[in-house]
Amino acid sequence: MEWEVVIGLEIHAQLATRSKIFSGASTSYGAEPNTQACAVDLGLPGVLPVLNKGAVAMAVKLGLATGCTIAPRSEFARKNYFYPDLPKGYQISQYDLPVVHDGAVTIELDDGSTKRIGVTRAHLEEDAGKSLHEGFEGVTGIDLNRAGTPLLEIVSEPDIRSSAEAVAYMKKIHTLVRYLGICDGNMQEGSFRCDANVSVRPAGQAEFGTRTEIKNVNSFRFVQQALDHEVERQIDVIESGGKVVQETRLFDAVKGETRSMRTKEEANDYRYFPDPDLLPLEIDEALVEEVRSELPELPDAKKQRFMDDYALPAYDASVLTASRELADYFEATAEAAGGEGKLAANWVMGELSGALNKAGLDITESPVSPAMLGGMLRRVSDQTISGKIAKQVFEAMWNGEGDADTVIDKHGLKQVTDTGAIEAMIDEVIAANPEQVAQYQAGKDKLLGFFVGQVMKASKGKANPEQVNELLRKKLAE
Amino acid sequence: MSLSNEQVNEIAHLARLRVDEADLPEYASNLSAILSFVDAMNAADTTGVEPLAHPLEMPQRLREDAVTEENQRERFQAVAPQVEAGLYLVPRVIE
Amino acid sequence: MSDTSKTVAELAAGLAAGTFSSEEITRAYLERIQGAGADLNAFITVTGDRALEAARAADDRRRSGDAGPLTGVPLAHKDIFCTRDVRTSCGSRMLDNFTAPYDAHVVERCQQAGMVCLGKTNMDEFAMGSSNETSYYGPVKNPWDTDAVPGGSSGGSAAAVAARLAPAATGTDTGGSIRQPAALCGITGLKPTYGRVSRYGMIAFASSLDQGGPMARTAEDCALLLEAMAGFDERDSTSVDRAVPRYSQELTGSLQGLRVGLPKEYFGDGLDPEVARVIDAAIGEYRELGVEFREISLANTELAVPAYYVIAPAECSSNLSRFDGVRFGYRCESPRDLEDLYKRSRGEGFGAEVKRRIMVGTYALSAGYFDAYYRKAQQMRRLIKNDFMAAFEDVDLILGPTSPTPAFNIGERADDPVKMYLSDLYTIAVNLAGLPGISLPAGFAGGRPVGLQLIGNYFDEGRLLNAAHRYQQVTDWHTRAPGAFA
Repeated sequence: MEWEVVIGLEIHAQLATRSKIFSGASTSYGAEPNTQACAVDLGLPGVLPVLNKGAVAMAVKLGLATGCTIAPRSEFARKNYFYPDLPKGYQISQYDLPVVHDGAVTIELDDGSTKRIGVTRAHLEEDAGKSLHEGFEGVTGIDLNRAGTPLLEIVSEPDIRSSAEAVAYMKKIHTLVRYLGICDGNMQEGSFRCDANVSVRPAGQAEFGTRTEIKNVNSFRFVQQALDHEVERQIDVIESGGKVVQETRLFDAVKGETRSMRTKEEANDYRYFPDPDLLPLEIDEALVEEVRSELPELPDAKKQRFMDDYALPAYDASVLTASRELADYFEATAEAAGGEGKLAANWVMGELSGALNKAGLDITESPVSPAMLGGMLRRVSDQTISGKIAKQVFEAMWNGEGDADTVIDKHGLKQVTDTGAIEAMIDEVIAANPEQVAQYQAGKDKLLGFFVGQVMKASKGKANPEQVNELLRKKLAE
Repeated sequence: MSLSNEQVNEIAHLARLRVDEADLPEYASNLSAILSFVDAMNAADTTGVEPLAHPLEMPQRLREDAVTEENQRERFQAVAPQVEAGLYLVPRVIE
Repeated sequence: MSDTSKTVAELAAGLAAGTFSSEEITRAYLERIQGAGADLNAFITVTGDRALEAARAADDRRRSGDAGPLTGVPLAHKDIFCTRDVRTSCGSRMLDNFTAPYDAHVVERCQQAGMVCLGKTNMDEFAMGSSNETSYYGPVKNPWDTDAVPGGSSGGSAAAVAARLAPAATGTDTGGSIRQPAALCGITGLKPTYGRVSRYGMIAFASSLDQGGPMARTAEDCALLLEAMAGFDERDSTSVDRAVPRYSQELTGSLQGLRVGLPKEYFGDGLDPEVARVIDAAIGEYRELGVEFREISLANTELAVPAYYVIAPAECSSNLSRFDGVRFGYRCESPRDLEDLYKRSRGEGFGAEVKRRIMVGTYALSAGYFDAYYRKAQQMRRLIKNDFMAAFEDVDLILGPTSPTPAFNIGERADDPVKMYLSDLYTIAVNLAGLPGISLPAGFAGGRPVGLQLIGNYFDEGRLLNAAHRYQQVTDWHTRAPGAFA
């Protein structure tokens, strides 16, 4: 039987606010345990939550960027359950009325096709603390620094039909939140993580199959693996006559499989109700407009502009707009290169990316600045150096030897364009290889490459290859 | 509305309250009496009435995103039952 | 006349005139708390040394010309308000070992005014009760008759003021917890409009209903205290940013032509005839002062109590989840595992009434029951508010009894929660609507005090206090002291 996969993702993005969602404690990562947990975060008696305007503005930003409706009135609710990393015994979240809802994003698949994935809603909530089991005998340590960090939970429609689409969607949202500057996207530190709801149904069947929820997957690769494994498992269960049980599962990254979380004896009953400490959240047109005016150019628009303004192919434009930093780097380079977009794109995606990868550096940490790279590309386009020599210049710049002109000067890399000098070298090469000259003249055209190579070698690569070609043809024809 | 001992046990579990077996009947009878009492609300027709969660019908005030709290861990943990290395300790949680 | 018989206004005048020092009167109150007043069990914690230190600081402040009207005046705080470095128990074993790391906003405001905190008063556990019998620290006795309850939940505050152990005290009112004990102890107590006084540092019972307020002997004293307590606080997002009037300067208005509504539902079957007689007499006094009475209807009054006993428990079931034995407060001995830690810490740390309410609230919010209980109650709440709003189209204030009966005996209603809940029949709707209300002494029934309640429109505390003050100008009920404490 042919099976159709149905996936919906719930992405949790930690918002990049300075302070927590309901308190003035810092959100910075990595502090000593419980040093960034204030009375509100600890749920001490008598203290009260006060909502962070920055978190609201960030939620609105995401809403605008995904074409969501911004709710003029939304509501905070309490989700009640007991857990040691949840200090108040309830999580403040949004339930009935989320802050933004009903939008969509367009994802691009490997075959170049695009697909629209609906965004059901995004709601604000507080993160929980962390339980630490290591280093203790029979007890668990609780660190509440993370408690109260603002989260935006972005819920997709069940529009996703494969693990590849799921990854494309997750990457799309990942790119978007970083463009918007609302989340650092750091998946290792847990700033961006997702829960996946997945089910399978016979192709053509209208109703959904029973779904399972895979909790807390924190890398693109794991999402793919977890979903592939879970889909296979569900199909196996059904094909061997069983039934999929609606449950929460965990992804075991070591084994590459999902496993059932120990089902508790009772179903969760979260007893949601409106938080009586917090009045309804009203977002007026003025706030929406203020946020709109701060919106950066979004990835889709930027990609189109790169294609239009720099005549880049779609693939290049996609790669270069994957992050705002990379796009900014590219644009600055292209500008410094005098508008040579395709040349800049080739270098950014090729030599530069390779070197960064090798060194394990981020684009923002590149030792070669866009001005330096662009400056060098100018020397390529004005024929001061050849493309081949450029690689040598790039390496020297990477190693801190200064900008392109300095390197070219220092190492005498300037391209030889003096016809007389090139002719002299050609004459030498012709004189040294009488046999090959005879063969060439007898019709073995392919030997031209040999002569070019010899001349370039004699010039230590600095002769202008086009000139060499042209002059050689002339001389050999004599 | 009348609650059984078993129901009281379930509610007590949800609320994480230990109730002695011996006290269950009294809780069951008290809670049943309270629930019967509040069932009087059913006498009122509330069709189409918008629920009122807060007496003041005004929007929520927001604060600026600024760090205003300093580390007071020592002070806060002075009242904690069990701490070690800055962490609150609980019996081992199995995940 | 001993110093402890004076009102706040009289003490303020005496301090300003240099007739006595804050240290002298503070000492007198402390002696009385530990002497004649000790048997009332009105205090959980007496902060003698701190009080004397604060009194001396107040006297210094006055000498340096930096004193406000209340500087040096002692008061007691209900033990629901967090006091930095002083035990804040909320009347519960759960917090018997809890020293608050911060002050409540109300406590800060009183301190800024230079007031001297004598100690923390006894109360029903987590403010859940109408008799002060649910306190972990034992019941408070009514100074008028030590067999009787003082009312609750602010019973310690009411008894302390009535017995002249403190000239004033703070209280909190979620369903009548300031007004009902004020009535039962023969003092004046004001529950302000929701949002008028910050809830920061006030341990939450039911967040959408809780409001702190003053308890003292006279309306004038309550006006002075409210001026100090009220005001915007950015730490409470339900705190209202609205100027605080000089209530004590606005007590002079005439009541001529004031339209006052008498809700027929407040004079029905449940009302003790003796109490009814007292209220009738008060209506007569007000008529003399020029008040025009008209009958009104608050049709959903009777259903306010059931609605309240869904909403308040629902909110409390969630508010009290933070008491889990992990970060502060009571933790059971040698927990076997996490669940055992939660269940025993909470089971042993909370008393029976608190557990009952947590369970009722848990049930009312649970899957399948939410609409029938919680949502229904919130709809009732809308109807109740609408009743008041319609009434205030025609009247300026509403008048009635505070409590259907005078103080009942200790133990009399302790075994019947529902009967106990009906003690708040006339006060609860005010909290559901978030309106201000005041209770003032209006006479006696069977030798026990009877309270008269006035209810105002939102933020109309000034008018309430003025109407109460005018009444106290022509009557002397508020000056009566219990025989044993005169």
